[in-house]
Amino acid sequence: MNNRSHTPFIRTVKISERSSNDILKIRIAAFVLALTAGGLFILLLGFNPLKLYGTIISGAFRSKMAFQATVKFMIPLLMSSLGVSIAFKMRFWNIGAEGQIIVGAVCASYFALFHDNWPHFLLLIVMFAAGAIGGGLWGLIPAYFKSKYDTNETLFTLMLNYIALHIITYLRDGPWKDPGSSGFPKIARFTANAQIDKVLGVHFGWIIALILVVIVFIYLKYTKHGYEISVVGESKSTARYAGMDVKKIILRTMIISGGICGITGMIQAAGSDMTLASSVAGGVGFTAIIVSWLAYLNPFGILLVSFLFSILDKGSSVMQSTYGLSTYFASVLQGIILFFILGCEFFIRYKFVLTKKGGK
Amino acid sequence: MFIKFLIAAVFAGTPLLFGTVGEIMNEKAGHLNLGVEGMMAMGACAGFMAGFFSNSIYIALLAAFLAGMLGALIYAVLTITFMANQNVTGLTLSIFGVGISNFAGEFMLVNSASNSLKLPEQITAQISNINIPGISTIPVLGPLLFQYNIFVYLGVVIAVTCGIYYSRTKTGLNVRAIGENPGAADAAGIKVTKLKYINVLIGGGICGIGGAYCSMIINGGVWMNNPVNGQGWIAVALVIFASWKPLRAIFGSFIFGAFNILKYYFPKTIFTIPNAFYDMLPFAITALVLVVTSIRKSKENQQPASCGVNYFREER
Amino acid sequence: MLKTIDNYAIELKGITKSFGKVIANEDVNLGIKYGEILALLGENGSGKTTLMNILSGIYYADEGTIFIDGNEVFITNPHEAIKLGIGMIHQHFKLVEVFSAMDNIVLGTKGRYVKNSALKEKILEMSNKFGLEIEPDKKVYNMSVSEKQTIEIMKVLYRGAKILILDEPTSVLTPQETEKLFVILRRMKEQGNAIIIITHKLHEVLAISDRVAILRKGKVVDTVNTRETNEKQLTELMVGRPISLEIKRPETSRKKTVLKVVDLSVVNEDGTIGLNNINFKLKSGEILGVAGVAGSGQRELCETIAGLMHPKTGAVLYNKENIIGKTPDEIINLGISMSFVPEDRLGMGLVGSMDMIDNMLLKSYKKNKGFIIDKKPSKQLAEELVDKLSITTPNVETPVRMLSGGNVQKVLLGREIESEPNVLITAYPVRGLDINSSYIIYDLLNEQKKKNVAILFIGEDLDVLLELSDRIMVLCHGELMGLVDAKNTTKEEVGLMMAGRKMEGVDSDE
Repeated sequence: MNNRSHTPFIRTVKISERSSNDILKIRIAAFVLALTAGGLFILLLGFNPLKLYGTIISGAFRSKMAFQATVKFMIPLLMSSLGVSIAFKMRFWNIGAEGQIIVGAVCASYFALFHDNWPHFLLLIVMFAAGAIGGGLWGLIPAYFKSKYDTNETLFTLMLNYIALHIITYLRDGPWKDPGSSGFPKIARFTANAQIDKVLGVHFGWIIALILVVIVFIYLKYTKHGYEISVVGESKSTARYAGMDVKKIILRTMIISGGICGITGMIQAAGSDMTLASSVAGGVGFTAIIVSWLAYLNPFGILLVSFLFSILDKGSSVMQSTYGLSTYFASVLQGIILFFILGCEFFIRYKFVLTKKGGK
Repeated sequence: MFIKFLIAAVFAGTPLLFGTVGEIMNEKAGHLNLGVEGMMAMGACAGFMAGFFSNSIYIALLAAFLAGMLGALIYAVLTITFMANQNVTGLTLSIFGVGISNFAGEFMLVNSASNSLKLPEQITAQISNINIPGISTIPVLGPLLFQYNIFVYLGVVIAVTCGIYYSRTKTGLNVRAIGENPGAADAAGIKVTKLKYINVLIGGGICGIGGAYCSMIINGGVWMNNPVNGQGWIAVALVIFASWKPLRAIFGSFIFGAFNILKYYFPKTIFTIPNAFYDMLPFAITALVLVVTSIRKSKENQQPASCGVNYFREER
Repeated sequence: MLKTIDNYAIELKGITKSFGKVIANEDVNLGIKYGEILALLGENGSGKTTLMNILSGIYYADEGTIFIDGNEVFITNPHEAIKLGIGMIHQHFKLVEVFSAMDNIVLGTKGRYVKNSALKEKILEMSNKFGLEIEPDKKVYNMSVSEKQTIEIMKVLYRGAKILILDEPTSVLTPQETEKLFVILRRMKEQGNAIIIITHKLHEVLAISDRVAILRKGKVVDTVNTRETNEKQLTELMVGRPISLEIKRPETSRKKTVLKVVDLSVVNEDGTIGLNNINFKLKSGEILGVAGVAGSGQRELCETIAGLMHPKTGAVLYNKENIIGKTPDEIINLGISMSFVPEDRLGMGLVGSMDMIDNMLLKSYKKNKGFIIDKKPSKQLAEELVDKLSITTPNVETPVRMLSGGNVQKVLLGREIESEPNVLITAYPVRGLDINSSYIIYDLLNEQKKKNVAILFIGEDLDVLLELSDRIMVLCHGELMGLVDAKNTTKEEVGLMMAGRKMEGVDSDE
């Protein structure tokens, strides 16, 4: 037996519980560090970070129109994040928000395209319901297989996203093709009767979104359903032993989660795009996952984080005109900021410890 | 005609093969890396640009490998050392990777002479089909097996090597243990962190090469925006289809490649199948495979048991 | 490099280790020689496993030194521990389910390739040397608990371990399997190995060890020669005061049958047999103990009675009414309460991240009408329980996972008892608890028994079962092996039944 010569090393050690003050400080520090890292990237490209950040913020707010555009961007992000967070609370990794948005949009669009002679508000309500049901069903499918066969939901919902996307392509190139479209096939624009009215310059999806924040908050925190979701999320066996019908809870929760995303799709199609396009979700379903997670599944946190993301996105679109930077710049900046925040989360539950020789 | 179809399927499936094998390496080590699209994109850009400037395929391949590895490094540091959530980190990597790839691509494009970038002659020759002397002239089998380009052969070699690595070598066994039960691996004295890093990084590098295929071959040697175009996500699906076995990934990728191009070869006489259906097929089939394997619950074909969960030793 | 005088295989000096605010080991000094078996005795939570985890490289001590063969060593990870010849056999097996026995044994060892016959030969040679039976190609997920333990032992022997540490090895074995294990350990001792066995079972200590080190609250209280001590002294050292280990067994009268299980057969989801033709009666005012190795059907029995599982055939009569087919909710409302403490002690009865109030809600949240949850009655209940059962917790809003083991289980049982059930089914209620807390639980159960509650008690410790229960039924592979009067039976008799020997003439109850 020989004794190994020993160099000092770093270990990871768990911290029992941090005070909420500490946690807040760490999060703020993470945010600042992330912005700094982003700033370094900007510097590398030869621009002044402060000026650039300033442009981003002003780009989102500089005029009434700009602010409206920011809000318009925020609505689907906020809503789908809320939808996704309900599933996440149950530890059901719903990566399928993108698909649920799309299917909701498709179902709503059916009515917009072929029943646009119905009275306006009736049409909107039906479209709303169709969106909810469509998204809900698309969420139900993976939930069913998960509850019955424990099929991996991360991968299944991911697949359903792509299937949904191609459903639109099929409709666009086939049965729902606008006869008036020349060149590239597309679906017809909705008539005014099928479009969502504007309130304060933005389609009233924003009102629905805000109401949803409150509803989801109350639902998760104070209702019996919310309690069941938390218990199932923590431990399915504990939920069983408490007499809960775990299968039913999984199905119900995913119908709601998908349903909210489906509503998002309807709102996007009838409020923003004014048609059904394959870009109706446009990646927001994936961003919603990140937003939801960053906000710790708290609805008001989601409101805040999606607002910040929207500022970054809207502001970045100004980059092209002002600085000649391509729109991909926003993705890169977003990525850098996120990486740092993800890394700093570590310091909430752990810390690094340096050990000297022999641990004496 | 059928032979032509098979050959085209192989070509179409090659980028998928790299992406799949790379992701298998990640998942075997316990890390579900949803950043394949990003890693492939980074490799696509780096590979193309390196090839464009150096006019050598070898340098291009190296650059692609390193770029993919760089993307994987970000993921690895965050999920292995900083124990961040794997799903979110992977998603961010996809967004970041695609973003930086297109950003750099556009930057180069704007600053280029004719506002377009085409690979120069020597490297173009290097990546064109190689006719292996002698056997490539055998009827039927010749074109079917021996007239591919360097990427295809490289891909198959990498896949086979990985397959042997995981099923026959001690290190491969150790890595598989990490993916199944890191606590057991740790207690057995395996250096969990080190092996995780190695597998994730090499896997990322392999994805990068797959991306280079997309940017260098698919568009005829001309740089176009978004070269990977979702194939990274198909690769994630393929990993399931291949039951996390690199050898099966070879056939899986060619099958999926076949789906990709099926619409061009399917006889349109009896009925026309809409294009969207063909595009949907790989994903629908994968979803089916997912369901079937979870119903059959065969222990041997499941995702590594501890995949997606970060490992921390001092659990109290 | 410091050297020590005696020929100790291992010497620990001044080992201290804390986890956050909890001190697990404090200034521990310990020595083990080659060719001896040292028992590390202490109740749950005394720091035994932590200490051995430090030796095997899983944890790293905050202070202190370790000497192997007189040389100071630094064991920073399991890899180094193995190199030093230390082999740990964990209580919770660290095996890869989808691998074969052979794969698990060679995992992490040197060598390039996995499958070769030289490997197989070496394994067979070792198994013959020590009397260990294994099938090299069998997959772990097809193995019994005892077989899995054999693999764990082979793992360390394959790596040339001369120092073996076994953590609570007999908790999953029948008495007969335990004897077999002891035979193997004695053979290893004769071959010159140093063996440390961590346990809290006194009779095992006396049966197998040469010396005993007693740990209490993280410190080594004393180290004695086994020959020179006895149960009473060891208990006193373990607990810190003279304590009678006798569990009271109050007598009750007026016992009538409350629950009757008739021809019950249950098949698991994966197709394996859970229970096969079980017949027994449960009477009010009695504790019916259920003995059996883990996985003999205890869980299936609990879940079927609670309405969580559906039997293939048979009936469960509660006051003459068949409750098969009723929902778990309905069964709870009828007055049948079931609690099951799993290995991680939180998984089935309590939600770790929620506080006491939310945990109280688990069985009663549906009681009020409407969508919103009414927390007031639960809060009141929680505060009452803290008082009644002396539960140590900062307040009722602290997450339950932060409570120490004993308190967690008090919360669980307390909640069940509060619902004033007629039938109380409790599985492994004292799992992982220290002696004091365990006795509080036994007292609680006896109290309920005196109130004429019918109690079905499933436990792992045979000695406890023999003392606490009025009658004992034994399950093995889902079959009822026998039903005996606890006062008239012996441990050997029960042990035989646990291992699969059916008692003559027993197919049902009375």
